[in-house]
Amino acid sequence: MDRRESMKSMLVGTLAGGLVINGCAPSGEPASQGVTPKTGLYGRMPAEIARDQQLIEDKFFSEHELETIAVLCDLILPASGEFGSANDAGVPEFIAFIAKDMRYQQVPLRGGLMWLDNRANRKFGTNFKSCTGSQHKELLDEIAYPDKATPEVGQGVRFFNLMRNLTLTGYYTTKMGIDALGYKGNSPNVWDGVPDDVLAEHGLAYDEEWLAKCIDQQTRNEIAKWDDNGNLLN
Amino acid sequence: MQIIESPKVYDAIIVGSGAGGGMATKILSEAGLQVALVEAGPFYDPTDPKFMTQLKWPWESPRRGAGSTRAFGDFDAAYGGWEIDGEPYTRTPGTKFDWFRSHMLGGRTNHWGRISLRFGPNDFKHKDVDGLGDNWPISYDDIKPYYDRVDKLIGIFGSKEGLYNEPDGFFLPAPKPRLHELYYIKAARQAGVKVIPSRKSIVTKRINDDRGVCFYCSQCSRACSVKADFSSSSALVFPAQKSGNVDLFVNAMVREVSTDSNGLATGVSYVNKEDRQEYRLKGRTVVLAASACSSARIVMNSKSGQHPNGIGNGSDVTGKYLHDSTGSSRSFFVPQLMDRKIYNEDGVAGMHVYSPWWLDNKKLDFPRGYHIELGGGLGMPSYGFGFAASEMNMFVGEQTGGYGDKLRDDVRKYYGATMGVAGRGECIAREDNYCEIDPNVVDEWGIPVLRFNYTWSDNEIKQVKHMHETFEEIFDKIGAIPLGDKPGKDSNYGIADPGRIIHEVGTTRMGDDPKTSVLNKYQQMHEVKNVFIVDGGSFVSQADKNPTWTILALSMRTSEYIIEQLKSKNI
Repeated sequence: MDRRESMKSMLVGTLAGGLVINGCAPSGEPASQGVTPKTGLYGRMPAEIARDQQLIEDKFFSEHELETIAVLCDLILPASGEFGSANDAGVPEFIAFIAKDMRYQQVPLRGGLMWLDNRANRKFGTNFKSCTGSQHKELLDEIAYPDKATPEVGQGVRFFNLMRNLTLTGYYTTKMGIDALGYKGNSPNVWDGVPDDVLAEHGLAYDEEWLAKCIDQQTRNEIAKWDDNGNLLN
Repeated sequence: MQIIESPKVYDAIIVGSGAGGGMATKILSEAGLQVALVEAGPFYDPTDPKFMTQLKWPWESPRRGAGSTRAFGDFDAAYGGWEIDGEPYTRTPGTKFDWFRSHMLGGRTNHWGRISLRFGPNDFKHKDVDGLGDNWPISYDDIKPYYDRVDKLIGIFGSKEGLYNEPDGFFLPAPKPRLHELYYIKAARQAGVKVIPSRKSIVTKRINDDRGVCFYCSQCSRACSVKADFSSSSALVFPAQKSGNVDLFVNAMVREVSTDSNGLATGVSYVNKEDRQEYRLKGRTVVLAASACSSARIVMNSKSGQHPNGIGNGSDVTGKYLHDSTGSSRSFFVPQLMDRKIYNEDGVAGMHVYSPWWLDNKKLDFPRGYHIELGGGLGMPSYGFGFAASEMNMFVGEQTGGYGDKLRDDVRKYYGATMGVAGRGECIAREDNYCEIDPNVVDEWGIPVLRFNYTWSDNEIKQVKHMHETFEEIFDKIGAIPLGDKPGKDSNYGIADPGRIIHEVGTTRMGDDPKTSVLNKYQQMHEVKNVFIVDGGSFVSQADKNPTWTILALSMRTSEYIIEQLKSKNI
């Protein structure tokens, strides 16, 4: 992955940036009727449920490939302190799903695994998953650092970038990963400004003029009333 | 195949249940009119657990929320996207336009950003200011009372600022800025760029007993289960159904408006997507609100002896003057935000602050303004999180790449340390940016599809170039580092392809002259007095503002005009 490409991908994850129905009750079937999706219910349309089901049943990677992915994932993210490894978080299963869901990933992943086995065979006479710890380190060190990698292993660097990306994204989107990261949201809350200690640490403060335009959360449940000029009265 | 006709004659048949159609449904049904609301997609209710994506965790999706089937990801509440299976559209070679459709009850209002900006006095009469484009046949004063009522009916937070072309309304109080927004405020002020609280249709303070109050999950794009954001479904259509005067038809794809021998509309015919049969509804009036391009498509496909060029399209203006907002974006690494303390920073969706247009075009090399939106913060991880996690090491003199425990440190170190900014600007409507009926292609319902023809002009490209200069100027004030390369001339300064900002309007524009407009100032067809179009199609120009609030105000005004016209038997 060249720098511009990696910059682009870096941003993906960091920014979020005929039936007559009368009255309120729909007579149509709910989106999830008829099948019990193995993926759980997360607001899917029937066609999406069917697609998920099919993908889950499909197989793409061979056993050998899956074992190699498992070894790689745990080298990328081993267990650390109280938090489990990529395998503990089910990352290989996630990568196996992604390869089926995003078909454009198939050749880079399969070919990359083959490239790595080939490299291991040439250097150590065995495939990657069977290498020793020091052999793994030697193989990864030559492809894990894009800035100092030699052009000879360019394809390996690209593959390892992909594996690292998928491993991290697969890990930090699990409960284990979110706990490890410390993300605190996705739950009912009342946002009432940056904590004072954080403001102090950053040398920032709310100015009074701005705060006067903001909600006093004590009054959020009172029904809003205005005068004729749009001045809020409560 | 026989066309199945319903015996009931409705006072109004409303096509499309988004902002314009939802408002028309509410106003007309509550006035006692018998209304048929015809929606091309399925039923959807954001408060029903069956449909809910709000508060789901990334691991509940096997692809962790990636956009394999929905353009904005698994948890986004828009069914559809820029491509829909079985419903193609085409483009004239050498031009671009990407058409976003969301067929579902409530349409695109279920997932939009809720940025709700009134047009100002200049926005309705911009030709008077710079000689370009055309004036609207109405002024800000004509529509102000309706904006005021929309504010109170639906709920919008914001602040009174007294800016001439960014008129104040009846605002709920704004949420406090987050940490990254405080940095933006500081930087923007130093760069001389105006920055004020956002204006969004999110209920930060209760407005009635039917709608809930925001509980700050940052997920308006998933549609709110307590109805604290504006979705046409929960804020307009469901309340309207309580009148008992609304028959809702879902999965009903309208083919055409039918007419009598006098050329007046008699109803619509539609394909029921479930049994693939064609049905006809009869009505005294037809209100199109299918979205600017979908309504134009229905108009152009409604050909008859009286209307050989499509209903009410004797002027041949339908489809022309299509315009979308300009857009371009950039991201920055903010070193001060490295290694931040982590706390629950979820707020309302998107941004708590923004920059309205602050400059005078007389001193610039392009016409018309843009506003700046921003993003950042300690968001919930989803597919893509952690990609190139260690790339920012290059800015702090450390090695990029790697594996093992160091990666965990890098993920943590840079979490919440980037910000994104985007400009959204006004494109001047041109006759030669248009959609038309493709003479050779139909969709799976047998309905002729649209062919688009759209190009950006120098005006828009220069505007976007200015956006990028501004972005760097602002972020330079706080020592932030721009990510990636600044887009140059070769990429037209990173201007998003037309249609990508999803503010397309103008295809059945209003005006006083029937030769140069499709609708009069009440969104009534010049040539067919019982057909109205209340979506973005009627816009003469779009300002640099998101169109929804203006669609709502105009639809409210038109709906009351329809009631009056029916009462006085003018239609």
